Amino acid sequence: MEEMRLEELSDIEFDVLKEISNIGTGNAATAISKMLDGRVDIKVPDIRFLDFNELPEIIGGAENEVIGILVALERDVEGMMMFVMDKKSASVVVSGILGREYTELGELPDEMETSVLKEFGNIIAGAYLSAISKLTGMTIVPSVPALSDDMAGAILSVPAIEFGKMSDRVLLIQSEFSGGSGNAEGFFILVPTLKGFDNIFTKLGLKKG
Amino acid sequence: MGELIRVGMADMNICRAPDRITTLGLGSCIGLVLFDIGNAVCGMIHIMLPDSSISKVRDNPAKFADTGIDELIKRLERAGLRSSSLCAKMAGGAKMFSVGGADGTLSIGERNAEAVRNILKQRNIPLISLDCGGTYGRTIEFDPITYRLKIRAIGKKEVYI
Repeated sequence: MEEMRLEELSDIEFDVLKEISNIGTGNAATAISKMLDGRVDIKVPDIRFLDFNELPEIIGGAENEVIGILVALERDVEGMMMFVMDKKSASVVVSGILGREYTELGELPDEMETSVLKEFGNIIAGAYLSAISKLTGMTIVPSVPALSDDMAGAILSVPAIEFGKMSDRVLLIQSEFSGGSGNAEGFFILVPTLKGFDNIFTKLGLKKG
Repeated sequence: MGELIRVGMADMNICRAPDRITTLGLGSCIGLVLFDIGNAVCGMIHIMLPDSSISKVRDNPAKFADTGIDELIKRLERAGLRSSSLCAKMAGGAKMFSVGGADGTLSIGERNAEAVRNILKQRNIPLISLDCGGTYGRTIEFDPITYRLKIRAIGKKEVYI
């Protein structure tokens, strides 16, 4: 198989990733608005390359406290998917799902809040990935979600390191949503491995297997 | 008062007193400082991966422990330090997420820390102190006058190593 260099994606491949992201995000937004019982707006997904250091800037800088929910991906597309929100948005989400008045999350979310956030991540990841599966006919199996509440730099270093193995930049497939009872917003970052990228393009007929 | 020099992810820099040097939000990455007691010059690197053989793309030596540490030593020599008198302090290498049946990526912090320790040993650079592992992010700041490395984490007391 020809060695693929991530920076050399063609326009068509870029468009495909964008479309995949579009469909995935749309599906996830439907799931979110059901959970939060409100209308959820999504921005058109943005797909671009960032330097490692630019990545934490999408969510307030390296030291900003954020919540990251991560699922590992297996089978036809290996890699990971991360959903990142700032603390305030996470508070809106938790309050919305628990049907309580808006309550700011404490320094560390308690067990109940953590499991609500993980479940939220689980449903979003599931909705997102099933859209991709339908489009490509591939089977993608997400792991049980893991959650971390910490500095943005530390959380985003996890996808950055995964990209570091194949590139000096990060490909950000960013889908932003906002809405719910209060106003929450967050980002999805999909990180297939090089082989995962390759499988997607091959499956869609953009590449010979 | 001097300035605070920032080192980004997969990046390195040299610092002379009265300046201090910092890197923000280390997760599984390693922040390593090399210095020489008696000299007010130091170097810091923010390492992402343990070994350059992992990656096909090796344009940036600072990304990897092996190529990064050697490059930092070279730069410190150019800045007037002798490699034979260097010492080290390091922090980071956390495990930010625990996913069941964890693959390599999620224990990369541990592998990073181990790689850095091995390379320091091979280069005869004593490791004076370290604060590695755990499940939380760290911001570090080094002062080449006191040789103290300040470590900041969310919800924890600031420590100096």
